[in-house]
Amino acid sequence: MSERVTTRIACTVNGRRVSFDAHPMARLLDVLRAELQLTGTKEGCGEGECGACAVILDGELVNSCLTPAIHARGASITTIEGVSADEDLHAVQESFLACGGAQCGICTPGMVLAAMELLSKTPDPTEADIRAGLSGNLCRCTGYRRIFEAVLDACKSLPAVPRP
Amino acid sequence: MQEPARGAQAMNPVLSSIDLIAPASLDEALRELAADPALRPFAGGTDLMVQLEAGALHAGRYVSLWGFRELRGIHEEQEGVTIGALTTYSDVRKSRLIAERYPLLGRAASETGGVATQNRGTIGGNIANASPAADTPPALIVYDAELELRSAAGSRRVPYVSFHRGYKQMDLKPGEIIAAIHLPSRQTDPARDYYRKVGPRRAQAISKVCFAGAAHLDGPRVRDIRIALGAVAPTVVRAMGAEAAVRGGRVDESIIAAARTALLADISPIDDFRSTAEYRSRVAANLLREFLTALARS
Repeated sequence: MSERVTTRIACTVNGRRVSFDAHPMARLLDVLRAELQLTGTKEGCGEGECGACAVILDGELVNSCLTPAIHARGASITTIEGVSADEDLHAVQESFLACGGAQCGICTPGMVLAAMELLSKTPDPTEADIRAGLSGNLCRCTGYRRIFEAVLDACKSLPAVPRP
Repeated sequence: MQEPARGAQAMNPVLSSIDLIAPASLDEALRELAADPALRPFAGGTDLMVQLEAGALHAGRYVSLWGFRELRGIHEEQEGVTIGALTTYSDVRKSRLIAERYPLLGRAASETGGVATQNRGTIGGNIANASPAADTPPALIVYDAELELRSAAGSRRVPYVSFHRGYKQMDLKPGEIIAAIHLPSRQTDPARDYYRKVGPRRAQAISKVCFAGAAHLDGPRVRDIRIALGAVAPTVVRAMGAEAAVRGGRVDESIIAAARTALLADISPIDDFRSTAEYRSRVAANLLREFLTALARS
């Protein structure tokens, strides 16, 4: 088999240039959490069903558990840590807080990023748009109602969400 | 307490028997494929990475095709529409051209996975994965799609309907990749197209039965018809018997009954962890009735 176990990968994470050695098919999820210590990205199912590990890669929502490290080469990635600066929360996060859209919190980072992707492409979504936009993110606590309300609330306070 | 393992130490042990190369160009990837017949293509990863985590991914070398622009995009051509194999579900779902002319494909794309999966899952990957439960293939069969297969030696076109030779068996030669899908211009009215996926829930579920149909009506008569189903046989199947029972006729109760009987001979569903043979047969027959009843009313 191949003697090359790892390869050097450089990319931008939350606006910061980083480089690391990883197996080309290592999960981006593991690289973020173990190598870069960005543990805001959660592992739920590990098979692309739950969206807890979602991040934004070159402007598109992806499940980091299904993204091989090599596909991060040269990419710009936003994780939940890159959504807000210190105590200054993003409008979507404020709305999740205000509406009770987060309970245990495991799904919340992926849910917030999926909501941001939705609002960046559909700034004035219908409830059907929100349901479709978040359909890849599972939550076992809230029953979704408050999450949908949070996204609607976010677009009120945020006429145009800047693309991450 | 022990420190959690980091980086290479946390690596999935299966990875030590796997390599993934990422050539800079498609030509280079095709040369690599020609040089190593065991090399396997890797596109968006939405299926192979699941297999990796489950410990079920074949050991060996993979070549990433992701990012090759010439394999991605939806283009109108004189004799139809060409879809690059790396075109994502999101690309298909958002395409006005697809929505207007080949609506079943747009429906299939929007009902496959959530946004994150649709952003990375590709139509070529959906075909190459060769799952009998894949959702875009029934639509591709109904639209008489052809595949463009490419290798370092050149390219060839094959009808999609005969591409899957058996369970996970494909008409692909060593070194060949699926490069594009060609959809011929249509004679049929897209407004009569029918698509329905039946799964355990509306979103983010794998099909128990997936049904696609299109018909060309001549007054009340059915001049031509295409019916294809997923998850009811070792491959996605075209229901030739059911089509023959309807073709040339006028849809009424006796034709529907004959088509249902023929359909049950066209399919060979099994019991598995997603559903039962009995349920799949019954649902397939009911979907056929729904499609034909809608045709009779149109």
